[in-house]
This record gives sequence, C-alpha cells and structure tokens, in this order.
Amino acid sequence: MRKSEKIIEGLLLLSAVITILITVGIIWVLLSESISFFSEVSIFRFLTEKEWTPLFADKKFGILPLVTGTLLTTFIAIAVALPIGLTVAVYLNEYAPGRMRQIVKPVLELLATIPTVVYGFFALTVVTPFLQSFIPGLAGFNALSAGIVMGIMIIPMISSLSEDAISAVPRSLREAAYGMGSTRYQTAFGVMVPAASSGIVVSVILAISRAVGETMIVAIAAGQQPRLTLNPLVPIETITTYIVQVSLGDVPHGSLEYKTIFAAGITLFVFTFTLNNISFWIRKKFQEKYD
Amino acid sequence: MSKNYKLVAIEVNAYYGDFHAIKNISLGLEEKAVTAFIGPSGCGKSTFLRLFNRMNDYIDGFRIDGEILLDQKDIYKKSVRVDELRKEVGMVFQKPNPFPKTIFENVVYGLRIQGISKKKVLEEAAERSLKQAALWEEVKDKLHKSALALSGGQQQRLCIARALANGPSVLLMDEPASALDPISTAKIEELIWELKKDYTIVIVTHNMQQAGRVSDHTAFFLSGELIEFAKTKSLFTNPKDQRTQNYITGRFG
Repeated sequence: MRKSEKIIEGLLLLSAVITILITVGIIWVLLSESISFFSEVSIFRFLTEKEWTPLFADKKFGILPLVTGTLLTTFIAIAVALPIGLTVAVYLNEYAPGRMRQIVKPVLELLATIPTVVYGFFALTVVTPFLQSFIPGLAGFNALSAGIVMGIMIIPMISSLSEDAISAVPRSLREAAYGMGSTRYQTAFGVMVPAASSGIVVSVILAISRAVGETMIVAIAAGQQPRLTLNPLVPIETITTYIVQVSLGDVPHGSLEYKTIFAAGITLFVFTFTLNNISFWIRKKFQEKYD
Repeated sequence: MSKNYKLVAIEVNAYYGDFHAIKNISLGLEEKAVTAFIGPSGCGKSTFLRLFNRMNDYIDGFRIDGEILLDQKDIYKKSVRVDELRKEVGMVFQKPNPFPKTIFENVVYGLRIQGISKKKVLEEAAERSLKQAALWEEVKDKLHKSALALSGGQQQRLCIARALANGPSVLLMDEPASALDPISTAKIEELIWELKKDYTIVIVTHNMQQAGRVSDHTAFFLSGELIEFAKTKSLFTNPKDQRTQNYITGRFG
C-alpha cells in the first residue's frame, strides 16, 4: 500500500516535471537560435525594414510584412467571429428555449472539431471563388477568405466562453432588469452583456491569440508573399505560414535563412504570450466582482 | 368581486411542468393598502406574488390558467405588453440587486430604457424617487459613485427608489428585508408605511411579526392553496382555520 502510493506519487511528479522541462526546452531552443540570428541581423533592422526576403539573393530581414499579414487575417477573423459569437452567446442565454440550446451547443462544438486543413481547403476552393463572383479584383490567394474562414473557426471559442461569462452573471441582475420593465433586448445588451464584459473580453483575447497562431488555413488560402499591406484582396504571408514554408523547404540546417524561422517564432511567441497574460490578468482582476 | 380591488385573482392555477404550484386561488387586494403573504417555504407565496407582474413567464414549463386583473383588466391577455405591465407593477426582490452602475444610473434606469435622456428630467426623477425611498439624505453627495459600495439596507432602498422612478401604482416585495439587519429592516418597514399612502403594496414575508407590523391584510398559503385571507389583526388574533393557528403559533414552518 505505502509502496504503491509512493510509486504513483513519483509518477505524478515525474509527469509534472517533464511538462515543465519540455516547455523550458522549447523556450531555450527558441531563445538560443534567435540570439544567434540577432547576432548577425540587428534587432533594429528586424523591426524597421519594410521587406522580408531572407530566401532571395538580396536579403532583407524586416518582420513587419509578416506581422501585418498576421494582424490583417486576425483582424478579419475577429471582425467575423465577435459579432456572430456574441450574438450566439446572447441568444443561447436570453432567448433560446431549453431544447434549442441542447441542439445549438453541440453543433457549435462540432465546428471546433473540424481539422484546420479542411477549413483551409474550404477557404481556397469554396469561399475564394464565391467572393470572386462579386469582388472582381480578388486574387486566388488572399487575406480576406482566409480571415473569414478563420473567423468561422473561432466562433465556437468566443460563443462558448462568452456564454459562460453571461450565464455567470447573477440571476438577480436579470430579474432586476425584467422587473423594471426591460424588454429581452434591453436586458441582454443593456444589462447582461455589460455585466459579463470582462469575461467577453477574455474570450476575444484568447480568440485573437488563437488566430495569431493559426497556421493551416492561412498557409493554404492566404498565399506566401510577404507584403507590407492592409489590402485584404491580395496574397500576403503570415508569420506562421513563413515558418511552415521554410521548415518544409530545402534551407540548409544552421544557415542564417534557417535561423529566421526562430526569429519569426519568437515574435509569434511574444504575441501569444502577451495576449494570454492579459486575459489571465483581466480574469483575475474582475473575477470577484459579484462575490 | 373585482369592482373595489386594485388586483384580483380569479380561480388561478399555476404549474411548473407537472408540478401544481398554485391551486385554484381567488382573492382581491385593496388599493393603497398593504397585503402580506405568509406561509412556510415552498407554499407558493412567492410564485403567486410573481404572477402579478408576470415574472414567472420566462421559467421553462410555466403555465397559468384563470385570470389576474389589474384595474379590472386581465394582464395575461395576449394584447398586454409585459414590459409596460412591469412599469405599472414594480418589484423589489429578496436580495438587493442594484445594477453595477452608479447610484444615479440605477435610479434613472427605467427612464433611460424608455428613451428619456434629458438631464433635468432625469435629475428631478432621481431626487424625487430617492426622497420617497428615504435614501436621498444619505446619498445626495455621492450619486455618481457605484451603487455596489452602499450597505445592504441602502442598496435595498435604492432598489425601491429605482422601482418608484418608473411611476408604478403597485409594488410587489418579495421578502425585501430577509437579507438585512434589524435596523435596516426597521427602515424598510417604516418606508412601507409611508409608501402605502400612494401605492398598493404586496409583501411576501417569512417573518410573522413583520407581517403583523406592516400589513392591513394577510393571506396564509400552504402547499399552493390559500388557506385564509383576512384583516391582519383578525388573522393573527382569531384565525378561523386550524392550520393557520398552527402556523402562526409556530407549530410548523
């Protein structure tokens, strides 16, 4: 008995330690390779040059085009997912009869189980041709359809986290609103959504973080042309796509070109790490408001 | 029966799914008087109270038959707008539930949702309602501070002020003092006495002394039935039904 307890305890500790070691290892590799990259290319050049052409003869190492590409697709995705996700959350909480909720929730969760490569092909072969039918200048690869499809992918994330936030608002507040003669709409958007705003903001930040790190959809549908633009109709390249492109290509191991993916990787890491920490902080700060 | 009453229930039955919560209750409530609903937990007194402003409507599986009349008009008719009804029949809940806004914004909430935004109108309404709720002196210097910073008793009077700002003629109070300390409770009871001059008040309470102190009439409920309804004094001193007698002498509940 005592012995088996000890073994189990040891195993649990071991798995915890392994997890931490792996994380530390990843960050270590990322940091050390980036440091060796930045010893050859200054951080100033990296942050200010307007072109990203490490694979060309005339090498430029400005990360900005990849960052704008990432932010552009992310912005489009959030512009699609936030209104729809929030509406769904409000609908499920304030309007939907019990049975409807039991149908809609699992269907939404199904959206989250679709492999992202399927979303990518959906963007490339369905959404882009559809959009081209009424946006004449739209290129075959573009930020718009990748962003829209990415938005569809993160709807469940926003709707389910926002729904949790809204349903965590005390029932007494809803009763207060109804008791004062508010309509359902006034109750939902005038009282419940503002009261749940911290949770909704957290859901959006996590969704942004997910969209920034999303790879497959943008790699398939957004193109591979680093371009400093906010035009959603032309091919662009995101940080993640660039990393995939170089990892799959025949860039020699240890070369400067090879190290660019670590520099790109750490940029991505800084983004998602910051976003996740902001959401953690918001959640902590506002959690106890109603207790 | 309906002629002299502000609120009338006629053969009302209410159900939650299969559960028969209100069993064939008829009664009339006098205008500008206080009526107390008493009875043990689960007897249906709160459910019955919430029939008068249709607060049960959103509960899944809730059903009602019979009629509830406000000023001789059936409030469950299809043509009745529930949001308008609730402005006429205000409600105060068991736990103080101010919105997480300023004191001022809480009081003028009802006006805001009616689309009134003139500063002067809002300010006048806020002052009037807060005075009516005997809260003005305590909050007049911090109207734009958060309502959540007030004490429980102040929050409850704020909720009363908020309801009054809607210009109702009826106030439903669902155990309004049960979460408050004795001093706050006394203030609420005093306020009920004041408000009776202008409003028809229905109060659900667990506290029989409270029912005795504030109400003109008392209704005793048990298992969804109305057992006895009489002038408060006579119900407490000379109950007609053995079950009322048992309850008010503390033999159960």
